[in-house]
Amino acid sequence: MSIGLTHYLVLAAILFSFGIFGILTRKNAVLVLMGLELVLNSANINFIAFAKFGGLNIQGHVAAIFVIILAAAEVAVALAIVLNIYQNYRHINVDEIDKLKE
Amino acid sequence: MDIFSIVFYLFAVIIVVSAAIVVMSKNIMFSAFSLLFTFFGVAGIYVLLNADFIAVTQIMIYIGGILILIIFGVMLTTRITGVEIKSGTTGKIQIAFAGLISLIIAITMIFLFSNTKWFTSELQPHQSTIENIGKELLTNYLLAFEAASVLLLIAIIGAAFIARRKS
Repeated sequence: MSIGLTHYLVLAAILFSFGIFGILTRKNAVLVLMGLELVLNSANINFIAFAKFGGLNIQGHVAAIFVIILAAAEVAVALAIVLNIYQNYRHINVDEIDKLKE
Repeated sequence: MDIFSIVFYLFAVIIVVSAAIVVMSKNIMFSAFSLLFTFFGVAGIYVLLNADFIAVTQIMIYIGGILILIIFGVMLTTRITGVEIKSGTTGKIQIAFAGLISLIIAITMIFLFSNTKWFTSELQPHQSTIENIGKELLTNYLLAFEAASVLLLIAIIGAAFIARRKS
């Protein structure tokens, strides 16, 4: 059986559920961000798979580029917020952060 | 098994194993470095899908940019007292519950993906995508392209503003 569209979609589904598991179980904010990156990557695999097999062609590639742009912007702002939280709390455990300001 | 299948399964195994290490390792640096292998594997998958430009972008942006930022984030937000940087997890019940949720998501998605009759067009002959992506970005997607540039500028200013040290 040659590699078809379903193989890529199943791989993306596995990656997506690993990402969800990481987001749900980790305390450390940076590790939650890593789970988020896995989810975004699995979405990108789907875009490119449909670009090749589903006739989405170049539109799928453009969508994947915009996903990568948004991921870069999101991770920069999120890490700035994480650094700010660390300066106030001396830790970044997301379940213990419950104040917007002191 | 032709060579294409072997390469696909090689990259798939790399992605799944390193993604598992990312979400399950106790040591944050192990997680960060296996994220590197996940990104490399995804870039390999893009190459198999004839997306040359996206594969190079993946390596440059994700590995050269986002991963470095994440490693900086790990190093700046942990009090380094020894070699090991541990990360706590939520309790046992929460882990079991989260595992159950993600397992249900995985099974549902795999079931749906395997049983849907997807619309498939005949495969296009492979050609370089860079020229077409450039044309699309500067014609049909011009507004989104400009909006993305403004978004990146705002992200730079916002990140610098938020992360500055209050005097």
